[in-house]
Formats: sequence, C-alpha cells, structure tokens
Amino acid sequence: MFEKVVVANRGAAAARIIRALDDLGVKSVALYSEADENAPYLAEAGEAHCIGRAAPAESYLDQDAILDVVKRTAADGLHPGYGFLAENHEFAARVEASGCRFIGPAPRWLEAMGHKTRARDMMKEHGMPMGSSSDVLRDDEAALAAAEEIGFPVLIKPAGGGGGIGMLPARDGEQLVKMLKRARSMAERSFGTAEVYLERLLEQPRHIEFQMVADEHGNARHLFERDCSVQRRHQKVIEEAPAPALAREAVVRPADSAAGILTRMGYNNIGTIETLYDGDGGFNFLEMNTRLQVEHGVTEEITGIDIVAAQMKSAYGYRLDDIMPENVEVSGHSIQARVYAEDPIKFLPSPGPLHVFRPPHGDGIRVDTGFAEGGTITPYYDPLIAKVIVHAGDRNGAVRKLGDALDEFEIEGIKTNIPFIQETLKNESFVSGAVHTGLAEEVVASLKA
Amino acid sequence: MAEERVRSEMTGKVWKIIASVGDEVSDGDEIMILESMKMEIPVMVDTDGTIKEFLVGEGDEVTEDQEIAVLEV
Repeated sequence: MFEKVVVANRGAAAARIIRALDDLGVKSVALYSEADENAPYLAEAGEAHCIGRAAPAESYLDQDAILDVVKRTAADGLHPGYGFLAENHEFAARVEASGCRFIGPAPRWLEAMGHKTRARDMMKEHGMPMGSSSDVLRDDEAALAAAEEIGFPVLIKPAGGGGGIGMLPARDGEQLVKMLKRARSMAERSFGTAEVYLERLLEQPRHIEFQMVADEHGNARHLFERDCSVQRRHQKVIEEAPAPALAREAVVRPADSAAGILTRMGYNNIGTIETLYDGDGGFNFLEMNTRLQVEHGVTEEITGIDIVAAQMKSAYGYRLDDIMPENVEVSGHSIQARVYAEDPIKFLPSPGPLHVFRPPHGDGIRVDTGFAEGGTITPYYDPLIAKVIVHAGDRNGAVRKLGDALDEFEIEGIKTNIPFIQETLKNESFVSGAVHTGLAEEVVASLKA
Repeated sequence: MAEERVRSEMTGKVWKIIASVGDEVSDGDEIMILESMKMEIPVMVDTDGTIKEFLVGEGDEVTEDQEIAVLEV
C-alpha cells in the first residue's frame, strides 16, 4: 500500500480521505490555504502544509504549490478529492511525471470525459443510450438551428466541465440568444473555455447515477445506483440509494451494461456515470465524473464498501477481486442531505461564523464535515458545511431518521438550508418516492406559503 | 425625482459591474454580478429608472442588505 499520501483538498473531502488513509495505515499529508488554517481535520493528518492564500487559484488550484509539497514530503500518492483539481488531466499527468501516483483514473480518462460533447460521442459509440443534443455551438445561428432540431425547451451546457455549473434553460429562440451570452461567460470563467452545447430539457426527469469501480487490469463493476433528483440550481441537495420506487431489475440492467462498457473501454479506478431517467425514455447518459463523488457515502452505507479505500487499492494496482467481493448486495436504504450555508428559500450564500455547531449522533447517523464549532464559513469556497448521512432498514425509516437527525443538528451564526431539507422530507412526492429534478421548486413554494 | 437604493441580497464580492452610471434600466435588468461561494448571483433592479451612482466597485466585499447602487426613479 502507499506509504504517504497528499490530500489535495479541503473541508469534508479532506476529512474523509484523511480518515480512510488512517484506516489503511497510510501516512497523510494535509494541505490548507490561509483561510483554512484552523480546520479541525488538519490535526488528524500526519502533517499539514500551507499552500497559499484563501483564493482557490492561489492555493487549492495552485499546481506548483501542491507539487512542491509532494516533492518535499516524498509522498508516493496524491488524492485529489472532488472539485478543485480532481478532474484536471494536466495536473494528474504532472503528479504522475513527478513519480507520485495520482489516485484516480489515468489522465487520458480525465481528458476524455472532461470535454462533455466528446465524452458523449465516445460513450455513444460504445452503446450508451443518449438523449438528443447538439455539438459545440459555433454561433447564435448554429444554436438556433440546433434548438429547432432538438426541440424547445433546451438546456445550454458548458462543454468544458460539468457538475451542474453554468447550465441555463431556454424556452424559445429569443431567450436562447440572450442566455447563450451569459452561459458562454460562465463557461469561460468556470472551465476556461466558452464552448457550450445544447441538450433537450426534460421537464421532470430523475437524476440517477451509477457508481463504478474498476482496476488497472481491465475489470470494472458497479456498486449500484444513487438517486440525486432533489437539486437546487442544478446542485444536488438530497441523494439516496437505492433509487426509490423503481423495480430493481430496471436499475440493475443499465448498471450492468455500464460496467460492461467501462470494461471494454479499459477504464481504470472509480467513476460515476450520471444519467437522466425519463420513465419510458429510460436512462440517458449525462456525463461521467472521473473522481470520488460528494455523495459516495450513501453507496458505502448500503454496500458496506469503503469507496475511498477501494480507490486507493485500485490506484496501487490491486485486482478488483482483492478490492471488493464479487457479489455485493444492497442492504437497507441510505439518504444524504447536504447542509449548505445558504438562505433556505432564496438559496443565496450565507457565509459567517459558526458560533454553535453540534452535529447529531446516533445509530445509523453519519456526519461528514470539515468544520467545528468556533470556525468560520468563508465566502471563498463552496457552501457545503456538512453531509448528514443516515442508514435504516427501509426508505421510510431512513426518511424519519434523517428528519430527526436534522432536528438535532444545532447550527447558529449562519443561515442553513435545513428548513428546506425538512420541508422536502415532508413533501408528498418525495415521501412517495416520486422524486424529480423540479421538486425543489415545489418545496420552495410550500415553504413560502 | 425620487431615489431608490439597490441592496445586496447576500454577502460576497462584486465580480463585475455590467451597467454604467446614466443607463436607463427597467424592472428585471441586471446591473452587476456578485460572487460568493463559487456562485455568480446577478443583481437585478426591481423598478424602472436611471442609474445615478454605484456605491461599490469591482472586487469590493459586500454584506447582505448593504446599499450598492442608487437609482433615480
């Protein structure tokens, strides 16, 4: 196993990876920006190094600063977590060139899946089902022509990256031209390229994704699905596994087929295939994330597999049979709520001090966080402050447990989205399992009422 | 002529001012973009008027409810 691994991330991701390294008996090297110097997980790492100022570009995105720590600490592995540089193929290649293992898929996979329209073309060739979409749009005229062909409403998406960032809907030509300008500007800023493309906007689809685990020897399997339909501003808020109100074979079949595709492609390490499920229309490929997912915890809870450990073992060269059992079974139901520092109705960021921060405890309750009481939620990074993950025998039990856990969660000093989550847990469609990506709007309407 | 103050709905930083002093704006127009926690939040005016003054500049930190621009309505 690795001797020493650099954790190139912050917050809950860093805390989670440091814990996994500890469980594996691997030394950990934490990195932090000046804004995170008091983060509680730094004390749990073997060593911690400051890599620069608060702004991400001057610390967590500063490749030279991170590679310098790799060199100075003589680490033999680097775990990128999620976000920041996790899907940057140039960075991954630089890490590997320095003689340190990048704990993730090979740089060529980061590159191939990173460009969203090229990834779609590649996956389509391998037989992955797709909804209708356009190529990268040259100009407004091409966009209007493509939209006519796909049919309104359409969704403008950045080609250079995913994660729900920079997507804008358009219902007609006039709106399309107006939104394109903004979408290009957001794409340029978030992903360094103004390239955008169109996809058909489905009205009430479900977001269902498949967790894949592969080794370096041509084997790939899945760890079932997660339903992440409850989203606000295209960012996930509640994720669960297994997907509610769907026959098991209806989900397992596309998961098996996805594993087959990755095996044929020779994909390595872990990844997530995201799809939109449209009832009769089936599962249509959205994108593949070549990294650990924020919501990996719900899969860990229902399968008993430590996905971060599996990722390290795969990167170290273990065969899939030595990483996890061949027949993994689903046990019970798990739901994760992302607690964000934000206004629960307007969803606007609410950074500030954590005067009180007391996470819930109990059987079947897990809280992944990178914060502690007395800390500060700064405006520099994403608004996630904690992931509350529950596991119970069935979905109703899990919904109840999550509600109780969130009731117990004491946070003072900032606004959080807990009232929004609690309202969602009471929403009739959610309770019945009839989830869809437009659910958040219904919940906000009932919160305002 | 009456004045109306535009306030920031959140704590963050002014990323870009996209309108200019003297511009005539109408309800729903975006005049600047704030950023916080990796999100860009446009500031929209909720009335018709003319921009008289910006009380903040690009790169400035703003807090929730802070006055950021003045409109003549």
